Amino acid sequence: MPGIRAGLVVSAVVAVSLTVGVLVNAHDSNSTAQGLAAWEQVYSVLISPRCINCHTATNYPQQGDDRHRHVANVVRGPEGKGVPGLNCASCHQETNADSTGVPGGHNWHLAPLEMRWQDTNDRPLSSADVCRQITDRKRNHNLDGPGLLKHHEEEALVKWAWNPGRRPDGAMRTLPPLTHEQFVAATRRWVEAGTPCPQGK
Amino acid sequence: MATYQLNINGQRKEVNVDPSTPLLWVLREDLKMTGTKFGCGISACGACTVHVAGVATRSCIVPVSHIGERAIVTIEGIGQDTVGRAVQDAWVDTDVVQCGYCQSGQIMAAVALLKHTPKPTDANIDESMGGNICRCATYVRIREAIKNAAAELTKGGE
Repeated sequence: MPGIRAGLVVSAVVAVSLTVGVLVNAHDSNSTAQGLAAWEQVYSVLISPRCINCHTATNYPQQGDDRHRHVANVVRGPEGKGVPGLNCASCHQETNADSTGVPGGHNWHLAPLEMRWQDTNDRPLSSADVCRQITDRKRNHNLDGPGLLKHHEEEALVKWAWNPGRRPDGAMRTLPPLTHEQFVAATRRWVEAGTPCPQGK
Repeated sequence: MATYQLNINGQRKEVNVDPSTPLLWVLREDLKMTGTKFGCGISACGACTVHVAGVATRSCIVPVSHIGERAIVTIEGIGQDTVGRAVQDAWVDTDVVQCGYCQSGQIMAAVALLKHTPKPTDANIDESMGGNICRCATYVRIREAIKNAAAELTKGGE
């Protein structure tokens, strides 16, 4: 009889384990789904012109909502800050210059090529591609989830996207599709879900 | 109004102006240093280029309150510098100037280029000088003068 009793105990343990496993998996997939939904919100901001215009795959920045090439044939330069004689800082100061339409912010520069969010034809990369890129610590300045959250929450040029100043014609520049608070909240949900990325291309 | 102590061409200059006043107007109106020109006023032509901490900068767009301790060099002072002197000499020897209005900005940009790129290619020159507009279209002579200055500066260093 001890053998039968032992068998019942093992069966019970297995049953409980399976049940817990299913519940955990259900919770995981729920969390992942919520994380992926949050990521899509984050992605909608990243590919807005205020962000993607300086995350190019080319040797030049873009301007405007139509994302045209920067005037005066401004080029990326070796450090993403233009070239001597025509640096980003030649025109872009610490703050927006609304009287002239020239935007400004601290340390104005292009994102490095490994952080491009476009292809060489200036088309935004897919949600999956951008997600894989910004979670790849070899390509994101070694930022983990909390690091990415802090970057989105505090980095001056990120925050500039919500205070982009006036265009040369005097109109306000358009803003990303979420408020900064919504963007940070979405990033937080995505990070708390383990920074899941969409599958595929 | 506020008082600012500016380091311009190695000299201390004090001005009492509104903090939002562009550096260009401080130079031209308050300090009567009129070598730096007003072209477009929107950072699009390069005529007002000066060096701020060694960076070619459009003075029409920089509020004086943003300068701080950074050293400013203008066309009036660039000849004190070896590269600046060579560029100005090349400009004269090559007879670059037509109307001349943009040329102080052109020279300031060219000096910034040569300080970092002693032997610039045509592509280097195009990239660095592309933001400095000359309505007399002296671009060909500007390129020639930059190359002449580069040759003079690197002479003996081959």
